[in-house]
Amino acid sequence: MTSLPATRPEKRLGLAIDLDTCVGCHACATNCKEWNTGGISGPLTDVNAYAAEQHGVWFNRVFTYEVGGEGEAGRTVHFPKNCLHCENPACVTVCPTGASYKRSEDGIVLVDHDKCIGCKLCSWACPYGAREYDEVQGVMKKCTLCVDKIYNQNLPEEDRVPACVAACPSKARHFGDFADPNSTVSKLTAERGGYDPMPEKGYRPTSKYLPPRPGRRGAAPAATAATASLEGAGRFLKWVDRILTR
Amino acid sequence: MHPAYSVIFFTTASGAGYGLLILAAIFAVGGLLPATSLLGFVVVGLALGLIGGGLLSSTFHLGRPERAINAFSQWRTSWLSREGVLAVATFLPAGLFGIGWVFLGKTTGFFGWMGVAAALLAGATVIATSMIYASLSTIRQWNLATVPVAYLGLGLMSGAVLLAVVTRLFGVHTPAVDVVAIASIVIAWGVKLAYWTTIDRLQPTSDLGTATGLGRFGAVRLLEQPHTEANFLMHEMGFVVARRHARRLRSLAHVALFALPLMLTVAALWAPAVTAAVMAVGAVGSLAVGLLVERWLFFAEARHDCMIWYGR
Repeated sequence: MTSLPATRPEKRLGLAIDLDTCVGCHACATNCKEWNTGGISGPLTDVNAYAAEQHGVWFNRVFTYEVGGEGEAGRTVHFPKNCLHCENPACVTVCPTGASYKRSEDGIVLVDHDKCIGCKLCSWACPYGAREYDEVQGVMKKCTLCVDKIYNQNLPEEDRVPACVAACPSKARHFGDFADPNSTVSKLTAERGGYDPMPEKGYRPTSKYLPPRPGRRGAAPAATAATASLEGAGRFLKWVDRILTR
Repeated sequence: MHPAYSVIFFTTASGAGYGLLILAAIFAVGGLLPATSLLGFVVVGLALGLIGGGLLSSTFHLGRPERAINAFSQWRTSWLSREGVLAVATFLPAGLFGIGWVFLGKTTGFFGWMGVAAALLAGATVIATSMIYASLSTIRQWNLATVPVAYLGLGLMSGAVLLAVVTRLFGVHTPAVDVVAIASIVIAWGVKLAYWTTIDRLQPTSDLGTATGLGRFGAVRLLEQPHTEANFLMHEMGFVVARRHARRLRSLAHVALFALPLMLTVAALWAPAVTAAVMAVGAVGSLAVGLLVERWLFFAEARHDCMIWYGR
């Protein structure tokens, strides 16, 4: 049913994505494609896979932005974007068939590919661009939060995390229950000021982004002052100063 | 937004069909149209043909048209589902109204009430269609109160111009049809003018700063997009071709959709019967071109928020 759960789901599974440590390697996106093309949403088809104008279904896309100025003045922030499993998902309520639904037990937003008629209206309703149409199969696809992996009893417990989280080499992606205040994701969100992207849309994403930390450049004025006072010092003194200020 | 031809044809054709059905029912029930068999066949047949053709065309837009029946299930939340339910529900009273008119020569009593029911359901269907677009908060050019008004106005207007042609060709013309046509053209023109003025002044409520949440660190610009080739989102939501020609196309819509049909309808009031019929046919031709341009622009000028991530 495309009606949303009457009560707030008991569990609210999602991701906390750390923009401070993400290195923009696209491993999350690649491993997502790898797992999901063989999972319940599979195959994630490609068109012209080995030719020009190739396009296909991906659940995860890594953008790279420059913030606060261009070139040296700016900082580079990699921004992986996937379904945020919103608490107010218009993509679900606009669905005419009941194919789109939000699970009442854990808040995961899914598509029943056997019901979907491929009208694409859900993708129009998502401001995050999280849904991608599979033109070969004629149905809509989206991130499942690896629902076929996180509950999979055949996998060792430590592997029961979404594929994107498992692949991340810089531990920028954390998976957990946002309804549990003691979960890693809840604690990280509280400590680091995790936030909703595009909050003005009112979709209330479950997943959160952790902002980049101020960075060393924030401390630059102090460092400049210290360097200034070293004028006239020899190479050895400068080396000592550098070691001590570390 | 990518203007899919199937959806453009569907919304314009079925809009005109519903408009014609509404006006034909009002005029027939009100005794302004004779309850003759052939006239009923042409009027109701044309209306239901446009509606049915449009609905059929809309299924070409689907990835899995064979499952279209699923779309009738979620009317509690989905405007698209409501539209489907209302569209099918309209056929029942409209069909009975048509049977009464064509086979029994009756447009009053029970069949009159069926006409009234068909007109009400037809109006509700057009509004449901427009609400599919107007309810999307992701597209600011659609998320407006003028959108349902414009859809209903344009549907009634095209129905009125069609009814003028048919009644003139059958020699059962009454000036009341032209009065409705002229009034609906003027109203629809005003609504579209208001719509275009509004969307020209709309400011985006989101930008890369609010989307990424990085606005607090200063200006945000896209350095690298995630993929080198256009994906589904960019094909579907990132349509840019028409925007460059929007001004010229709007002028064309003003002339073909509103100015010419209005002038021809007014002039036909004083013209001899044959000339008036030719003018009425001309008004329909011009309106058809104008309506297709208007609907194409409705999609092409709509900008989707998910393109913000791509720096557009």
